[in-house]
Amino acid sequence: MHVDLYEYQARELFAAHGVPVAAGRIADTPEEAVAAATELGFPAVVKAQVTIGGRGKAGGVKLVHSAQEARDAAKAILGMDIRGHTVERLMVAAGVQIASEQYFSILVDRTERRYLSLFSLRGGMDVEQLAATDPEAIIRTPIDPLTGLTEPAAQQIVRTAGGTEQIAAALAPAMVHLWEVFSQEDASLVEVNPMILDGSGAAVAIDAKVSLDGNAKFRHDWDFWRGAESQGLEARAKALGLNYVKLDGQVGVMGNGAGLVMSTLDLVAFAGKTTGITPANFLDIGGGASADKMAVSLGLVLSDPQVRCVYINVYGGITACDQVVDGILEALDRVDQATLKPIVLRLDGNKAEEGRALLARAQSPWVKSSATMEGGAADVVALASGENN
Amino acid sequence: MSILLNGDSRILVQGMTGSKGRVHTAQMLASGAKVIGGVNPRKAGTTVEIAGHDLPVFGTVADAVAATGANVTVLFVPPAFAKGAMLEAVEAGVPLMVVITEGVPVQDTAQVIARIRELGGRTRMIGPNCPGIITPEASMAGIIPTDITGHGPVGLVSKSGTLTYQLMHELAGEGFTTALGIGGDPLLGTTHIEALQAFEEDPETRVIVMIGEIGGSSEEHAAEYIRAHVTKPVVAYIAGFTAPEGKTMGHAGAIVSGASGTAASKKEALEAAGVRVGTTPAETAEFARAALAAS
Repeated sequence: MHVDLYEYQARELFAAHGVPVAAGRIADTPEEAVAAATELGFPAVVKAQVTIGGRGKAGGVKLVHSAQEARDAAKAILGMDIRGHTVERLMVAAGVQIASEQYFSILVDRTERRYLSLFSLRGGMDVEQLAATDPEAIIRTPIDPLTGLTEPAAQQIVRTAGGTEQIAAALAPAMVHLWEVFSQEDASLVEVNPMILDGSGAAVAIDAKVSLDGNAKFRHDWDFWRGAESQGLEARAKALGLNYVKLDGQVGVMGNGAGLVMSTLDLVAFAGKTTGITPANFLDIGGGASADKMAVSLGLVLSDPQVRCVYINVYGGITACDQVVDGILEALDRVDQATLKPIVLRLDGNKAEEGRALLARAQSPWVKSSATMEGGAADVVALASGENN
Repeated sequence: MSILLNGDSRILVQGMTGSKGRVHTAQMLASGAKVIGGVNPRKAGTTVEIAGHDLPVFGTVADAVAATGANVTVLFVPPAFAKGAMLEAVEAGVPLMVVITEGVPVQDTAQVIARIRELGGRTRMIGPNCPGIITPEASMAGIIPTDITGHGPVGLVSKSGTLTYQLMHELAGEGFTTALGIGGDPLLGTTHIEALQAFEEDPETRVIVMIGEIGGSSEEHAAEYIRAHVTKPVVAYIAGFTAPEGKTMGHAGAIVSGASGTAASKKEALEAAGVRVGTTPAETAEFARAALAAS
């Protein structure tokens, strides 16, 4: 699981690793924004804190010249919806004089299986748009995971892009510090757009984007998790240690293995095409799912009020299907009976026959067995759309 | 015939003495695989009894290789220790390293891949976060159930473990030369392309089944490769058409970013390269049977 940091959090990491940043303060109310801007001096910039791009275009960044303008900007931006993200926090940054704007990022290159840096002298604009309209303006340079980015290499990147010696000398140390953020913080992405040169020719990062690799959490004492975490059911699932993604539909979906569950979502959506039935969630219960985990998982799926019925798709590899059925039967006893919904169960693989026999003996009114994963998807969609009910 | 793994493969297990290691070592032995021992510095010199076999425990991978001629290693090592264990196997020059561990930091994988390159690629890494590799009726290195199907003409490469089992189940009547799970992480030691190349070169593989999922562009690159280099019929299945943008779907690598990494783009690329892409696992299996009948 990767964690996208807010700008103010990424900026803290930048500062900790020596990347020059503009002075800034966090503000959660218009009053705090006014106080912060007054302290930093005018002009200042009021910026929405969201973990998604495109906030400038959405009106989430405003240059202010007075306390009144700071108050108005804060009022306008707080609570704003930016591509599905509600703005709950602002960062107020000191205005800086901009002599030039550059773009720099480091990311994991999945295709080449190493790291890649992107640099452009045309910072400040949407980099994806730049890549589409003028790809040659972006210098792509591989970074070897074992040797990293050195200052001479960083200077060479800037020169290759057409930057002067002076610009290269000013930017390279900051670029190396950004490599240190990437490598020492276990980031999967570090991006600055724009990295500016100010009136005195010094480099300043005036935006900060960082994604961290959640798998590396064990060796960091990151304190970013609360702020960057998803909300509602997904937060609850995370606390329970479950691999859950909330979707918009009516059929709860659970299974063992990420690939199998993704495939099950697709089958439900295809089967529901004509009736508008779609999956309500993704939930991978993993291998060797215990009765306890099954109960917790089922409870979570059923707690979504949109769920009309549940599809459990299990291929028993090492896990025996009779144990899966045991778990489901126990879960049916343990979950809040008022929340129970019809369940379609498809079992195959290790001890599938034993599992189906066990289910038949239990005669649960809630569980219907389907012979194939495609058949189960059709059955659960029929249930959700009110047929055969 | 098979790819990468056969009945003569001599398998070392790093993390054999842990609970997962024991369970899966027993499965490997049951498949007929030649497991030659395990590695655990704290238990070096002892033997462990697993499923009726007395298996020696070595202090280091290098010791194990020197003593037994091990040429495959399987890792059931927790994420925090995986990088050290992987590098140990790479330095010892083990030709095939299968990393089952889920949750390895991506930068650790990047460093191991870089070190393998630096040493001239003498080690092939499969994984991390993968179910391993099976050559039915001969050997299995990993956690793949050994009783789904037997030997036959189909070669399979997949990002997903359970979808591998599902397709092996659907094609149980046909059987497999080798089935290989390359893993669900963003960075992988072996890609679809490398597996396709190996199946193309394996004389007994007549049809190749490729399973992909959202995230990255491994399937798109595989499509280009198939168009240029693969003469055998390839059928494919892609999971994740309904995945929302920006959400990690279980596997660390399964994420749609903007317009890239979508299931639709992968399907389109593969079909443009002449690959039949099934809408469901069952339909994919049907396509594979049709291709076998025609080959």
